[in-house]
Amino acid sequence: MKDIDLILGPRVPKDVLAQERRRYMLPSSLIGAAAALLLVSIFLPYWQLTLRAPQYPEGLKTVMYVNHVSGDVDEINHLNHYIGMRPLQEAASLERASSVFLIVALTLLTLSTIFVHSPMALFCALPAVAYPAIFMADLYFWMRNFGLNLDPKAPLSSAVKPFVPPLLGVGNVGQFRTEAVWETGLFLAIAASVLVVIGLYFHRRAYKPLLEQRLANNAAAER
Amino acid sequence: MKLRWQMFLFFVTGILAMSCGPQKSQSPQVSGDLQAIATERGLTPDDLVAAAKTYVPTGKRDEYYMFASGGHSGQVLVIGIPSMRLLKVIAVFTREPWQGWGFSDETQKILSASNPKGTKLDWGDTHHPALSETNGDYDGQFLFINDKANARVAVIDLRDFETKQIVKNPLLLSDHGGTFVTPNTDYVIEGSQYGMPWLGTYAPLSEYKEKYRGAITFWKFDRTSGRIQENKSFALELPPYWQDLADAGKLVSDGWVFLNTFNTEMATGGVEDGNPPFEAGASQRDMDYLNVINLRKAEELYKQGKAKKINGFDVIPLETSVKEGVLFFVPEPKSPHGIDVAPDGRYLVVSGKLDPHVTVYNFDKVKDAIDNKRFDGTDSYGVPILKFDDVLEKQIEVGLGPLHTQFGPDGMAYTSLFLESAIARWTLGGEWTQKHHKEPWTVIDKISVHYNVGHVAAAEGDTEHPDGKYLVSLDKWSIDRFNDVGPLLPQNLQLVDISNSDGPMQLLYDSPIGIGEPHYAQICKADKIKAWQVYPEVGWDPGDQAKSPAATVAGGEKIVRKGKNVEVFMTAVRSHYNPEHVFVNKGDHVTWHITNIERAHDATHGFALPYYDYNLSLEPGETQTIDFDATQSGVFPYYCSEFCSALHLEMAGYFEVKP
Repeated sequence: MKDIDLILGPRVPKDVLAQERRRYMLPSSLIGAAAALLLVSIFLPYWQLTLRAPQYPEGLKTVMYVNHVSGDVDEINHLNHYIGMRPLQEAASLERASSVFLIVALTLLTLSTIFVHSPMALFCALPAVAYPAIFMADLYFWMRNFGLNLDPKAPLSSAVKPFVPPLLGVGNVGQFRTEAVWETGLFLAIAASVLVVIGLYFHRRAYKPLLEQRLANNAAAER
Repeated sequence: MKLRWQMFLFFVTGILAMSCGPQKSQSPQVSGDLQAIATERGLTPDDLVAAAKTYVPTGKRDEYYMFASGGHSGQVLVIGIPSMRLLKVIAVFTREPWQGWGFSDETQKILSASNPKGTKLDWGDTHHPALSETNGDYDGQFLFINDKANARVAVIDLRDFETKQIVKNPLLLSDHGGTFVTPNTDYVIEGSQYGMPWLGTYAPLSEYKEKYRGAITFWKFDRTSGRIQENKSFALELPPYWQDLADAGKLVSDGWVFLNTFNTEMATGGVEDGNPPFEAGASQRDMDYLNVINLRKAEELYKQGKAKKINGFDVIPLETSVKEGVLFFVPEPKSPHGIDVAPDGRYLVVSGKLDPHVTVYNFDKVKDAIDNKRFDGTDSYGVPILKFDDVLEKQIEVGLGPLHTQFGPDGMAYTSLFLESAIARWTLGGEWTQKHHKEPWTVIDKISVHYNVGHVAAAEGDTEHPDGKYLVSLDKWSIDRFNDVGPLLPQNLQLVDISNSDGPMQLLYDSPIGIGEPHYAQICKADKIKAWQVYPEVGWDPGDQAKSPAATVAGGEKIVRKGKNVEVFMTAVRSHYNPEHVFVNKGDHVTWHITNIERAHDATHGFALPYYDYNLSLEPGETQTIDFDATQSGVFPYYCSEFCSALHLEMAGYFEVKP
């Protein structure tokens, strides 16, 4: 038996597939849906931080996408220079540059579980399951990195102590109230993660019997 | 009186009901006892109603913009209605430091382009603002205004409320019949005032009839570039009567222009020599002339090359206008002032300062008389005169000293009465009767104003579709209306509620104007104006409405020295200039560009350079330039003159000039 067959696992016999189409289609469609959500999320905002102060009646927004930041970035950078924070453009440049490529790769890997009918499928799907958590961890890393490394020579360095804005909910910096919310892109990624987990459950239920049968057949053949 | 107290009670109950409503839980009430406040301050129920109609709470916007001339300040005033709050003074003909107007190269270029040969003008006498129109209604894009003192016309762009162009009339030194626009703003009209020999030439007053002239100029406006095209503009030569106000025809009278004249006596004054003074000499005849001008025909003649060049400008000679049927006169009661075309374009309302009537002509009759050549002789220059009775629709006795008329949506007309210090509301006739169902051509209400009213401005009141609602009385004297401020008193702009045609007009608010004499104003619905919050790109030159070649981005700051020429490319951002040190040698020529690289709404920086006498306003995205010779050695701290941030005082630098 070749290695590739071990990885891909057993194929579903045509007559079995015809009889139990739903059993095999269910994990495939759940995983396909997850893949689609991941791809769509590239175009949607993941996270948003709104700064509110009296002289900004409409608030100042930072809207985080996987590959760029939009909103009132220039104005926030202007304000940040007073407290010695680096411009937002300097954060996560590697992540922003590679994110689209990585998400597409992630999606393809997730889709491959439709064809991989062995325990290897778990490894193919794991990145998509962990992805939202990885995104948030990276965001937190950069917020911490920026918030805690303020230029001590900045004009307001004595007034505003190093800080880390919350990933979700409200905080305070100077005269600003900060409001962090999760946006559609992140919710899609989380939904994709959940769909993959559910998909994997049905995947196991569909292919495990086939796998066990093949192992039994192999054992019989060796005897 | 009883009714008023009922209204008052209703009002108070309403306020109390509101204060007891759900709002109470949101914020504590300052005071709910309106009656006690009214009693203490001596306010009548009408006063409270007026206050409620005009008060605009913080955060709320006005419903209309009023653009008022700033008179001899040379500027334009922007006022919100109904609050009557002054929103802005737009610098036009006079140097103005807050806006850096006339300080930067970009703004000096616009001002100096309008200097007559051999002189530098420092002020203007703005009279009649005109909003650009599309199909006879304000479109909120541009504003034009004339300078009576030196016969100039300015173009203001209402995206940034800044003056973009000033053209100097090449023929004249005074104008009055401007600015008015044709229904699609193809032409901006500027009529002369005092007769004079063509600009730059001399003729003694004894040759007044032969050598002195008036003119009406049609400035071609190009909406795309937002500029008057001087080389596509032309004028009509007119007799040396004194031309007064004008108006463009609309609808049935589209393509025609109307212009009042007085001093058809051609008096030349000379009271010191025993001659009658102008005020008497120019008021001898019982009738003066309303000029009726066929603009379409005049434009045709101009395009056929029938104009001749005077001072390099195309002028259609008087005899050509007479021969080709461009110019006609209609007798009008002596010393006329306003000529106002009703919204239907049919009725032409003329007010004679010394006659208690408004005289209403019917354009259909004017047209018919012209088409059938029913003339009653000519004046001494050969201009055909129509018969008064032949073209008259109606004369209405409105009161003493009628000057100007504006209109409401329902056939109401509002005429200012200078001598009576009042506004008369009267009804138009003809088809308008079906709209107002009242006796036509009749005065139905009058309200006192304080005092000596000149123009009136009703909401969109000179367009094809007036709004009614508000009227502003532009009063020349205020006498006892405000706290005393010495012998020079402010003018008084009074807001009047004209919304109820079946009831009385109500005086709502007095607004002192302590900067100049606003002559005329126009009132435009606020939602028609689409003003920019910041300039579209960083490095914007508002003079050209395009990106400046001297635009400097963050990181691109530099000082370039070439021999004795030093060019500075500076940026301004909260809260610093870059560079903060500019070093030159005495005698160097300095060209200094500053770009405000901010994109935040209201993040304006100033730039004050002492001794060298500069102040600039750099609005977000704007680039401005100054250039001068560093003639005085020393160290000159420059600073931001517009409070920009907590560290505004630190926004400074040193200009070092080494001996």
